[in-house]
Amino acid sequence: MPTLETTFAGIQCINPFWLASAPPTNCGEQVMRAFDSGWGGAVWKTIGEPITNVSSRYSSIDWNGQRMMGLNNIELISDRPIEVNLREIAEVKRRYPKHVVIASLMVESKRHAWHEIVQRAEDAGADGLELNFGCPHGMSERGMGSAVGQVPEYCGQITEWVKEKARTPVIIKLTPNISDIRMPARAAKQAGADALSAINTINSITGIDLDTLEPRPNVDGKSSHGGYCGPAVKPIALNMVQQVMSDPQAALPMSGIGGIGSWQDATEFILLGAGTVQVCTAVMHYGYRIVEDMADGLLAWMRRKGYETLDDFRGLSLPNVTEWKNLNLNYKIVARIHEDKCIGCELCYTACWDGAHQCIHLDRTLPAPNTSRTPDMITAESRSRISTTPIPKLDLNGAGETGTYLTPLSRIPRVDEHECVGCNLCSLVCPVPDCITMERVDNGLAPETWEERVNAGLVAEGSAAGNPNV
Amino acid sequence: MSESANFFKQAPDAPEIAARFPDLHPAFDKVAALTEANRCLYCFDAPCTAACPTHIDVPKFIKKIASGNLEGSAKTILDANILGASCARACPVAVLCEGACVMHRYNKQPIEIARLQRFAMEALHESGASLPFTPGADTDKSVALIGGGPASLACAAELRRRGIRAEIFDARPLPGGLNTYGIAEYKLPLAESLREIDMLSQLGVQFHFNTTVDAGKLAGIESSYDAVFLGIGLGAIHKLGLADEAMPGITNALDYIADYKSGKITSGPERVAVIGAGNTAIDAANAAARLGATEVHMVYRRGPEQMSAFSYEYEHAKLEGVKFLWHVMPVGITGNGKVESLHLSKLEATADGSLVPIPGNDFHLKVDLVILAIGQATHSEFLLENKVKLERGRVVIDRTTGQTSNPKYFAGGDCTNGGREVVDAVADGKRAGIAIAAWLEGQNANA
Repeated sequence: MPTLETTFAGIQCINPFWLASAPPTNCGEQVMRAFDSGWGGAVWKTIGEPITNVSSRYSSIDWNGQRMMGLNNIELISDRPIEVNLREIAEVKRRYPKHVVIASLMVESKRHAWHEIVQRAEDAGADGLELNFGCPHGMSERGMGSAVGQVPEYCGQITEWVKEKARTPVIIKLTPNISDIRMPARAAKQAGADALSAINTINSITGIDLDTLEPRPNVDGKSSHGGYCGPAVKPIALNMVQQVMSDPQAALPMSGIGGIGSWQDATEFILLGAGTVQVCTAVMHYGYRIVEDMADGLLAWMRRKGYETLDDFRGLSLPNVTEWKNLNLNYKIVARIHEDKCIGCELCYTACWDGAHQCIHLDRTLPAPNTSRTPDMITAESRSRISTTPIPKLDLNGAGETGTYLTPLSRIPRVDEHECVGCNLCSLVCPVPDCITMERVDNGLAPETWEERVNAGLVAEGSAAGNPNV
Repeated sequence: MSESANFFKQAPDAPEIAARFPDLHPAFDKVAALTEANRCLYCFDAPCTAACPTHIDVPKFIKKIASGNLEGSAKTILDANILGASCARACPVAVLCEGACVMHRYNKQPIEIARLQRFAMEALHESGASLPFTPGADTDKSVALIGGGPASLACAAELRRRGIRAEIFDARPLPGGLNTYGIAEYKLPLAESLREIDMLSQLGVQFHFNTTVDAGKLAGIESSYDAVFLGIGLGAIHKLGLADEAMPGITNALDYIADYKSGKITSGPERVAVIGAGNTAIDAANAAARLGATEVHMVYRRGPEQMSAFSYEYEHAKLEGVKFLWHVMPVGITGNGKVESLHLSKLEATADGSLVPIPGNDFHLKVDLVILAIGQATHSEFLLENKVKLERGRVVIDRTTGQTSNPKYFAGGDCTNGGREVVDAVADGKRAGIAIAAWLEGQNANA
């Protein structure tokens, strides 16, 4: 039987599912209910000198009728007194000794201030400390949050101060609002950090109200850039986690954050090296109960794959992410449309013509292949055709009213495999699972990468002289 | 003659009819419309658009609902089909746009195109906005349109958009033809048909009501207009050819439907027989049931597989409680001053496919009302003899232009196709309107 138990930077965890430092971990009452629902740990809403929040605080992006594809907030750290938060942490740890409570901390950039808060948090019973170097709004204007995370030197300095005092593992939470996330990660590692968490929210403006011309979330007619999170940010988060975990100077135990809402999301982060994952938006949307399927689904997947522990597959996908120059230039795939599954929507056709390489055609019922008919010609032809309502009495050979709903051949597109570049676009837009598959074509060529071509002197190196990034 | 018409206000007020014939398919509310609109895949060269006789760009108007651009959505519909509101209610979409939806093959429900179309059109009506088109710059051309049904209305709209005067002549007191008087009230209320024509008349279409066009009148019209459009529909419903057929208690489906829709009858007798099994027969049978009949029989000489009604109409009639007598033919009517029973003969098919009575199997069906719905005759012969080419009473046209054998005469709708749907008539009228404008321009160039 596989297990979700794991150890993260020395902290024993009953499962890898933690609540991120955010509204779902505002108070002890919430955290205890979350633990009852199955969450293995909680990173407490960031503790520091109490602030004043505004209303409203959140705004979101909906997509095609689905709510909250992305969420943005301008809420600051905890607005409750430090002693109240710490008292509740102590209470939670007393009642839930096996669950993980991490204290998220943010104080002004002074050594004594950090020493003091570290001491108090650990005295309250926190299993570890997460230093909030990522919050992108409000606190950064006061020299905290991402104002620290964006400068590797500050990041290293404060990590050092905290490590002077801390007895529990120290996790540095990284901001994505930086051109290379590896730099602050390296600084933190060099300063002795025990672990990292990434990513914090991304600077964003979610939208403008088209009636009032005011941005969202609206605070008396104005707004401020906020932190973006939710399903929309997962690809960005995965990339940043991979960048850090593939860098030996930066890699540390990683708590993955960003758009996680399902067991699949969590598994992807673990495959890129994460030891635990943190969730916020999905819980704000659907409640603590989502963790049940995260655990259940992950265990089922582990059983199917034959993994006993998270360590069995942690980081297994990291070697598969490489630089472009190492990709096999001789790998050739083409799109295959499975006629038996095609419903005739022709989205692949229009996508290939307008968004790709004009190699899907609607010519199956023409006497000969025709690759020169454009989408406009096809539409015009259709519109000029006279259609009438089929009436059995008058149209004895008409379409009738109960078809078998098999797609007519004329509506099933054809891929010109010689011209197909294997870009995937048609298979991405196709609404039917497995209707368009990308199939490998044996071109008889041995694998060859760009780097190999350069090394063999087959192509000019193409470096931009003087650009230190190349 | 009226330019700023308000036909909607002239709709008869019949609360009993409104109560007995509520919408069969209720309107979408905003959230339901948005959810449904988002389900549309936005097919390329969409089969729904191809299946629609007026080629409404269905994915385009649906995506505009999804994006909240309701004005643009209504304009997309009206641009292709000026009677988009009534078509949304009256069309047999199961055999048109929704029948063609690729979702059938996706193992899902087709997109509810008709209800989305109705949503977009009602949003336009509720906004109080005017028709999103303006008349074209005045030409000095004028066209007479005979018959005020969907074909003429669609033709008139195209003519007005091109600056051509359009005058409609209709025998009834209100416009719309069968769209107003002939469609089951639970699909398209009479008032809704008029509301739509009010919008259309903003283009400056002129109406001559209570005007029956006979051969003499037509000659006068021909000489005073630059072209004539024939949208005269079909004629009276066929008779059974039995003795006592004029007896009280015997009516025909078209009169029956028109009478209840216009509030002339608001209730009905207990036992009703409808002769025929087409869509109109079903409309009449359902109406009889809703008007209070406890026993409605449909009498048809063939079996359910040969009935010309759409199968969903058949299913609907069964739900209304209508009973069916298959392979049966009326051979006599009995009654004393009014119909009391139908004498029916059981039929069987012979080797050559013809139907013959089975001896000794006759029976009587007690009835208070008999409604004939055995197809409409044509009424073109009297009017058009020697004017345009006819075939079995139908006006022969070029399908793409609606032009008849007489170049000055164009035609469309039921009088050309033998009786189809509103949307077919609209498509015919639209094509003819465009073609008349082109033809008149050609005449101009030649002049």
